[in-house]
Amino acid sequence: MRAALWRRRVGHTALGLGFVALLLLMWDLGVRGEWVLVFDIKMAFLPPPDVVARLLWDFAFGGIFDDAYSGTLLEHLGASALRVLAGFGLAAALAVPIGVLMGRFPLVNAALDPAVNLFRPVPATAWVPLVLLIIGFGSQATIFLITLSAFFPILLNTIAATREVPPRLVEAARMLGTSPTGVLLKVVVPAATPGIVSGLRIGLGLGWVILVLGEANGIDTGLGSMIMLAREQVRTDRVVVGMIVIGLAGFLSDRLLVLGFKGLFGRRPLVRA
Amino acid sequence: MSAVTPASGTAATTDRAVAPVVDESGRVVLAAVGKRYETRRGPVDAVADVDLEVAPGEFVAIVGASGCGKSTLLRILAGFERHTSGTVEVGGAPVRGPAPERGVVFQDYGLFPWLTVAENVRFGLRQQRVPRSRARRRAAEMIEVVGLSRFADRFPGELSGGMQQRVAIARVLAGDPALLLMDEPFGALDALTRTTMQHELKRLRAESGATVLFVTHSIEEAVYLSDRVVVMAGGASHGAPGHIAEIVPVGLGDVRDVNGPEFNDLERRIAALVHES
Repeated sequence: MRAALWRRRVGHTALGLGFVALLLLMWDLGVRGEWVLVFDIKMAFLPPPDVVARLLWDFAFGGIFDDAYSGTLLEHLGASALRVLAGFGLAAALAVPIGVLMGRFPLVNAALDPAVNLFRPVPATAWVPLVLLIIGFGSQATIFLITLSAFFPILLNTIAATREVPPRLVEAARMLGTSPTGVLLKVVVPAATPGIVSGLRIGLGLGWVILVLGEANGIDTGLGSMIMLAREQVRTDRVVVGMIVIGLAGFLSDRLLVLGFKGLFGRRPLVRA
Repeated sequence: MSAVTPASGTAATTDRAVAPVVDESGRVVLAAVGKRYETRRGPVDAVADVDLEVAPGEFVAIVGASGCGKSTLLRILAGFERHTSGTVEVGGAPVRGPAPERGVVFQDYGLFPWLTVAENVRFGLRQQRVPRSRARRRAAEMIEVVGLSRFADRFPGELSGGMQQRVAIARVLAGDPALLLMDEPFGALDALTRTTMQHELKRLRAESGATVLFVTHSIEEAVYLSDRVVVMAGGASHGAPGHIAEIVPVGLGDVRDVNGPEFNDLERRIAALVHES
């Protein structure tokens, strides 16, 4: 039984990796054959995968090109991860409590809902010019943009999850002698946790999306700034390297978040599978 | 907090044997109770003019067609809903919101899925500030009483429906309530489990001494378990508010044969009352 499950899992992983290999192959063939795809994508302008792989290796470990970026992956990744983490952390610290209160208390919701819905549709890109004027270039502006973008999905998921807490659980807690604060902290919050975690995952993912936008101006160290500089220098290979690292970092940080919660909760069914 | 010590049940019986002091905390008095909802099409009475007195330690079943207001009555007694007329008293005090003296067992159990069986059972005790070690002991004891000691560290989602309902009953009894309100507690269980649970409940109730109000769809269950059966009638679909049509004393003694002639006669009589009203 266990062996069969294991075999299936290995099979699925092999299938997924096989598809990635296929994409890499198409990429290589496309560049060599100078394919032109929909949207007028000119594959000839792309660096081939082996060039990108070598540059990625040099970025990580150095020893091939010995330029300004050789062996600096951790430095850039670290600076970027710190900004994402700060922005995401701040967004979570604000959005989760506000969301729980909005989801649970109609008066809080009535007070905050119009403001939330006015700010929510404004995309981070539209905030950039204003942020540059009122905060200025630099790390703070980046963190602000990440906070702003991560805040709303976390908030909305928390509100929805809080509203979906079965009334039965609240009744059960109350007939067992639970105080209103106890109901909120011991019943509503844990019951809403699976939904809150989903919101946190979306928020963290958006943090990495907004990173490039935030680091576009006035920042020297960071994956986003590297990509923007490479674009100015028409270094498509370095742009692609930056994209790959950000993609992997986003993927890994999501896994870490889920594993962290699973470690925290143990066998308790508080994170969606 | 002496109400939650394991010894209090036996202590109370000894007291009673020495001096005839009846514990009145489980007495239920409903007088002219009504519940009116304001809707867009005007007021609707869910129940009206309900008079019912239940003696401490008595087991009263409430039967009736869907929508007759039997669950509403139970929810009013639990304090989840407010009645709009009449008086509702338990143990001589008016009901104002839910309280651990009035334990509720729901059809869908209402267990906290993120807590283990043991944590579910001691949840109420901890909320009532019973010291941790005492709550732990009391919970272990109640889990043993319902026969789930082997499952104390499991989560509700890992248990069968019957086992989950045992946890819910243990959780409520841990607080030693004067009144136990059960809203179709075995309605979601299969027939075999249901029978087992009925036996269990008889035993637990004898040990706890709590007054029990038991809403059910099953007339057999009502006759098997209770001292009196309250037949309710009316309801929105009848164009009349839910009300008590008749109260039938069971009087069959402690050992009841569900296939015996007296049992069947009573069952038929109550069925007739439910259907004609």
